[in-house]
Parts: sequence; structure tokens; C-alpha cells
Amino acid sequence: MSTRDWLLDDSPATLTQANLGRAWRMMSALMRNPLAVAGLLIIVALLATALFAPWIAPESPVGQNLQARLLPPSAEHWMGTDELGRDIFSRVVYGSRITLMIVALVAVISAPLGLIIGAVAGYFGGWVDRILMGLTDVFLSLPKLILALAFVAALGPGIENAIIAIAITAWPAYARIARAETLTFRNAEYIQAVRLVGGSHTRIITRHVLPLCTSSMIVRVTLDMAGIILTAAGLGFLGLGAQPPLPEWGAMISRGRTFILDQWWVATMPGFAIILVSLGFCFLGDGLRDVLDPKQGGEK
Amino acid sequence: MATEASMAVRAGRGARGIGGFVVVTALTFLGLLAITFFIGRVVPIDPVLSVVGDRATQAQYDAARVAMGLDRPMVVQFFDYVWSVMQGDLGRSISTNRPVADDLLRVFPATLEMATLGILIGVVLGVPAGVWAATRRGEWVDQVMRVFALLGYSVPAFWLGLVGLAIFYAGLGWVAGPGRLDIFYEGLVPARTNVMLIDAALAGDWSVFWNALSHLVLPASILGFFSLAFIARMTRSFMLDQLGQEFITTARVKGVPEWRVIWVHGFKPIRVPLITVIGLSYAALLEGSVMIETVFSWPGIGNYLTTALLNADMNAVLGATLVIGSVFILINKISDVLYRVLDPRSK
Repeated sequence: MSTRDWLLDDSPATLTQANLGRAWRMMSALMRNPLAVAGLLIIVALLATALFAPWIAPESPVGQNLQARLLPPSAEHWMGTDELGRDIFSRVVYGSRITLMIVALVAVISAPLGLIIGAVAGYFGGWVDRILMGLTDVFLSLPKLILALAFVAALGPGIENAIIAIAITAWPAYARIARAETLTFRNAEYIQAVRLVGGSHTRIITRHVLPLCTSSMIVRVTLDMAGIILTAAGLGFLGLGAQPPLPEWGAMISRGRTFILDQWWVATMPGFAIILVSLGFCFLGDGLRDVLDPKQGGEK
Repeated sequence: MATEASMAVRAGRGARGIGGFVVVTALTFLGLLAITFFIGRVVPIDPVLSVVGDRATQAQYDAARVAMGLDRPMVVQFFDYVWSVMQGDLGRSISTNRPVADDLLRVFPATLEMATLGILIGVVLGVPAGVWAATRRGEWVDQVMRVFALLGYSVPAFWLGLVGLAIFYAGLGWVAGPGRLDIFYEGLVPARTNVMLIDAALAGDWSVFWNALSHLVLPASILGFFSLAFIARMTRSFMLDQLGQEFITTARVKGVPEWRVIWVHGFKPIRVPLITVIGLSYAALLEGSVMIETVFSWPGIGNYLTTALLNADMNAVLGATLVIGSVFILINKISDVLYRVLDPRSK
């Protein structure tokens, strides 16, 4: 029996085999979608760039060289240099670490938060549901960027506060999804079976409700990544996110604003990085949705 | 009798619908107020300092502390806050030294002007583009539209604004630069509505009108691009639903011309959901204008908000947040109501 046959076995002998088989099926479905593959490649490239930044970047991201100020893109400086003579390509490469850190932290904070709030609301129903969902709806009916701006204004500028502010505005969408998913199976027989054998609420929610919400959550988080990157870059652009000399892409665009009419590359180059990475997450999210969540159809 | 009874039931249901709507909207506003209160009074380490600024004297500081009622319980403070907001009092801005509410009234028309032109561009181009993509499903038009729509989710608005300025203003000279008017046109027309195009038209000063338009067209087009991407994508998916229905096939079999099949049989039923989509993207444009206004030095509410942010002018920040949030909520709720009123199935 080949590995492939073992993975695709219709009657898996162990849980591991079943899980691996499911992962294999999803992977091969994803690979048939060219846009999803492109998205995956972009994100793998982002991860690699962030991981190996010191080896990829030809120069230091913060080292200044005032004799090489504002040089146009050339063989030596692929993306030109900025007003302090720093190599923009090197800064963009190091900037990938900041972007990756922001999206990872926002996802790690807001997805579990939304997941738990939504699952608790859906599982218990009644007043718990009404209060939690009322809160969620208020957040959902407000503009995310404005809310994040106001939070950063109160917390003070800085990358940590920007991450907190974005996470605060991102969780409600996840709570809605988790609640909708939970409602579909809260009265299912296997949940009642666990309840009958004496499983506590905590155990039911963490072991039997949450795992079933994860696939739609992964899709939604991936699709939201582009928005998170844009919001973070926007905060950086306004001077409220990452502070200089950190090579954050939005802050770099903001620095290049003064030179946009004559030295266009200073502001333009980091923008291409933002677009590429956001597109990557969009492509992958679209593809993942088709694979994991076919019932939602191909549209946003 | 039976019909009367059912009429009464229906009227009752309608009333409850409206009552429920009012309650839900009021609760949402209260939630918004709770959030701005929380941001203004609870999050900052020293709320007084965030209102008076760090250059205030001790006497000013103490006066502000008493005026803000920070010595009283939180709940009392919150209801005080709600009460003063309901009376239109949003506090005083430390950077303009005027009531925030007056400032906001003055700058809001500029934002409204830009967002309205933006949504017009988005609807006029986006709806036909979506219909076109739906009728050519899977062909290159559809693919191009798909990439275009995804770009709408991936391009930073402020970056597009800068690139647009570099190309169309500095490079090609097709449009005017940042700001609402060239400096020598300023103050020529009386500010009746603060919507520059309308003011200029009312005054009959067409040179001001064209100048204002050439300042407006680039930021509005960039805003329009984002709503275009969204509207086209939604139109396409609504149209695909319709075009797959049997009555479309029937119409085609009967020999109805193709344009009629698409625009009458196919398009008519999707007008109602489209209104919701357009309402949502209009609200989103008001939000997107924050970034665009900063790039184009457009003296609207977004620019006001970002200037206030950089000056740590908390009353102005919260006031602008409240106004944008309220408009957002109102547009959302109105498109909800329109949907219910216009959709015959909900009757």
C-alpha cells in the first residue's frame, strides 16, 4: 500500500491516519487552485524573508550613509535609497519581520477571543447570548479604522499599542462566525452524549465545540489578514504605529511622502511590498474558503 | 373579518418592527457612546492631561478636572457624558480652541462632497462592470475583474493617493494638487453650504467650479476605486444567482432580446440587495476618506481627526470618532430599513 493510498483510505484505522488523510485531501484541493498556490508561495516567501532577513538584505536597515542620499533604483540599490542614504530594499526586507509580527499577534489575540465569546454565546443562549452579541454588534457597526485610531490616540503611539488597537477591532467578526457555527451543532446528539456522561460546560466548549469552529475561523482570519496589514500600515503612515527608525512599511511610505514628486521610489517601493503580501493573503484566503467552507460559495 | 384580523396582526408586526428598529438603533448609539467614553476616560492614564494637553498650567488642569467631573463615580460621569453629547456639546478642542461640534460642522461638508463623488464613480462604473463580468463568467473580463476586486482589498489607500499625485499631478499635470482650491481662488465664493462645487455653482463662478472639480477628481476617483471593486464584485455574484434561474431560461426561450433578459429580467430583482451594498460602501468611503484626506490635505473630517491625533487633542478625536461612527450606524440602519421596505418578500 503506497503512502498515498494509506492517506486516502476510506476507513482509516487511527485518528492520526484520518487527520493526515483529511489534510492531504485539502492540500491537493488547494493545489488545484492557481491563485491559492500563488498566495501560498507569496506567504512562504514572506516567512522566508522574515526568517533570513540578515542574509537577504545587502545592507543594514538602520545604518545611515549621507553620501548616498536619495539615489534612484540601480543595480547596487534595487529600490534606491532614502533621505538618510539607507538602502530601501534592505529596509523592506527587514520590514517583513514587523508586518509578520503584527499580523501574527493580532491573529493570536483576536481570533481566540472572538472564538470563545462566540462559542460561549451560542452554547449557552438566552441572556448570555443577547448580551455578548449585543456587544459584538455594537463593535461590528462601527468603522474599524476609526476605532483603532481612537484607541491608539488614547493608548499613545507605538507598535504594541497599534497591535492592541487592531486586535480590539478585529474580534467581533470572529465571535459572529463562532456563534453561528456553534448554533448549528449545540443540540447535536454527540454534544448531548458528552453532557450525559457528565462533561462540564468548559470541557464541552473547549473539546467539542471550539475544534469544530476552527476551519471557518482559519478562512476568515486569512481573509482578514489583508485588512489587518492595511490598517497597521495606515497607523504607521499616520505616525501612530511603529516609530522610526523601525523599517515598518507604512511609516516608510510616510517618510517618502515629502519626496513623492521628485524621488518617487522612496514612498512607492514599500507600497509594492504591502500590496504583494496583502494580495497573497487574499488569494490564499479565497482558495482556503473554497476548500474548507464550500457552503459559503465563491463570493465574499 | 379574517382579512381585518390579519391586517391588524400585520400592522402590529410592522409597529413592533419599527419600535424594535428604534430600540436597536438607540442601543447601538449608546454602545458607541460607551466606547468613546471608555476610550476618553478609562484608557488614558491621565484623562485630564489628554484633554488639556501637556502645556496647560496647574490652574487650567484643576479647572478641567472639576469640569470633567472626574471626582464623581464612573456611572454618573457616563450619564453626564451622554447628556452633554445629546445636547451637542463635544467639549473644546485644544488645537483650534473652539467647540469641537462647531469644528466638525465646518469640516464635514468637504468629506461629504468627496465621498459622494466617490460613491457616484463606484456605482456608475461598478454596477455595469459587475453585470458584464457575470454575463462573461470565466472569460478574461471576469478574471480581470476578479484581480481588480482583490486589488481593492490589498492596496493601501494612502499609497494609491501618493502614486496618483505623482503621476496625474506632477507627471502629467491633468489634475490639480492637494487642497480644495488653488490659493488665488480661495474666498472668492461665499461659503453657503461648504460644499465647494455647490457654492461655486450658486455663485455662478464657473472658474472656481472647474478649479474645485480638478482638485476633487483625483481623491474622489481613488475613493471610487475602492467602492467600485466591492460593488462590482457583489453585483457579479447577485447577477450570477439570477442568471442561473429558470425564468431567465424561459425568457430566452421565448425569444426576449439578450439585453432585455440581462437588464430587465436579471437586473430588476437585484436592485434591492444592491442598495444595501451601496449603502455599506458609502459608509466605508467615509472611513476611507480619513487616509485620503491626509494625503491630499483635504480639509474634511478625516484630516481634522488625524491632525487632532497628532496633537493628542482628545476631545476632537472622540468628537470626530462619534460623528463618523454615528453616520456609519445611520447609513447601515437606513439601508437595512430600505431593504425591508423595498423587498416585496418581507411584506
